Amino acid sequence: MSIEIRNVSKRFGSFQAVDDVSLDVDGGSLTALLGPSGSGKSTLLRIVAGLEWPDTGEVYLAGENTTEAPPQKRGVGFVFQHYAAFKHMTVRQNIAFGLEVRKRPKDEVRARVDSLLELVQLHGFGDRYPTQLSGGQRQRMALARALAPEPKVLLLDEPFGALDARVRAELRVWLRRLHDETQTTTVFVTHDQEEAMEVADRVVVMNRGRVEQVAGPRELYDAPANEFVMSFVGQANRFGDTWVRPHDLQLVLEPNGSTREAMVDRVVHLGFEVRAELVRDDGETLAVQLTRDQAEQLELERGQIVYVRPTRETTFAG
Amino acid sequence: MRRLGLRSIALGYLLVVLVGPLTMVFWRSFDKGGAHLWHSLSDPNTVHAFKVTLIITAISVPLNTVFGVVCALAIVRRRFPGAGIVNAIVDLPLALSPVVVGLSLFLLYGRTGWFGPFFTRHGIQILFSLPSMVIATIFVSLPFVAREVVPTLREIGDEQEQAAHTLGAGAWTTFRRITLPSIRWAVIYGVVLTTARCLGEYGAVAVVSGHIEGQTETATLRVQDAYENFDTSGAYGISLVLAVMSVLVLVAMTLLKPKERTA
Repeated sequence: MSIEIRNVSKRFGSFQAVDDVSLDVDGGSLTALLGPSGSGKSTLLRIVAGLEWPDTGEVYLAGENTTEAPPQKRGVGFVFQHYAAFKHMTVRQNIAFGLEVRKRPKDEVRARVDSLLELVQLHGFGDRYPTQLSGGQRQRMALARALAPEPKVLLLDEPFGALDARVRAELRVWLRRLHDETQTTTVFVTHDQEEAMEVADRVVVMNRGRVEQVAGPRELYDAPANEFVMSFVGQANRFGDTWVRPHDLQLVLEPNGSTREAMVDRVVHLGFEVRAELVRDDGETLAVQLTRDQAEQLELERGQIVYVRPTRETTFAG
Repeated sequence: MRRLGLRSIALGYLLVVLVGPLTMVFWRSFDKGGAHLWHSLSDPNTVHAFKVTLIITAISVPLNTVFGVVCALAIVRRRFPGAGIVNAIVDLPLALSPVVVGLSLFLLYGRTGWFGPFFTRHGIQILFSLPSMVIATIFVSLPFVAREVVPTLREIGDEQEQAAHTLGAGAWTTFRRITLPSIRWAVIYGVVLTTARCLGEYGAVAVVSGHIEGQTETATLRVQDAYENFDTSGAYGISLVLAVMSVLVLVAMTLLKPKERTA
């Protein structure tokens, strides 16, 4: 079900956490709120859940104005970065909580918990306590718990932030698949652009309490709306007023009219990909991304002089 | 080596300050034999004194438990202006001498005090009777539950409670099913300390009770009474019972606690 955010602002003391944000999230979509820390993405998510109150503005869930409603009346599922597991309850009791609070019949609760344990691949773990689970398992339990009462929207606040890289990567794929199965409107907060691009249909880039751009992953990368998005989503080099992605720089060994001289400062081999850091004659550094073959042809090494030519540039007005 | 040294210092200190006196009390109680001890304990005024102590404890402990939990929630969860003052006031009974507490009650409920005339007009006796003794005991045993619960509440944070809210639980359900189970050991420990304090209270109660034998005398006041009347074995006997009660409360808690570990 859809989420509409209308002119929401929130201030903590002198810090403007969210600054006049309006945003529409379509029903059934999977959206990422992406931004650096302090950009207001978590605050915005917590306002949608009712865990924070906006100073001004309105929130509509499924067309209904819920701005004044307490969190327990909103029908949202919320997943916290640090799981917020009920430590004194078993996995089964954790998942059943939202159903028991709603006084659903016992048989129904049991059946629903069983199917959710299956869904999050925790069957056989039902009688364990959260402390007996790994981080990834705990977060899956938290997800099942949030999904149990069939929420209108599922909100996840940096859900994989506390997990190690491998479990993170696994859970990303798994969240995407889960969403495709349940079709629940889902919004998750992340500061990791790769995570946002990999999982979400739509990415909302936030900075300093404002929305910088809303776009699909590909559009965000290929057609960033401004310099902030250009530099935050993916790497970018600056040539005066123009920006160039590291893979849109061509390196040659002989100068011609349109090239600039630079010295190789560092070469990093990452399997198929090779990353080089160059220092320009004016002292600016450049990041370049090459394939292994290209790097071998150039025989790149530290201290070598190369000539750089952008193959694709982006310029922002004003 | 150093750990061993530290350990023996700690043990020695405990021995001299705690175990020694307790053993002496135990020893001296049976000085004149079990029959004599039983005789002095079964004195009607002594039995009554124990009754008064238990009644006061039975009223003060539940009230202070509820107040302590509410107070701790107020201090930790609601960031209202003046939370710091509440925080400091809760500790006041620890800093204030019980005698001063007793005197201040005297000034409040005395014939010329602020509330005294009001209660006198309605024919309610506060001073020299159970109400003032209960108030005094509540005052001196006030901080223990709050002091135990505050750090535990801080430690568990409020994410579990927020999660419960988003799952549809209201304030009371969240408190009963999430907050209370998480702080229950702090509450129980606070209750144990409060109970021990109530059983042992002397100073404040001594001032407001009027010390009337068989009426407003608690067990601790009775100990003093017996001692001043050269009934030393009686004094030791009552002390022994008080000490045994406190130890039982502590033992009960320790026996209950391991169950928590497996959960």
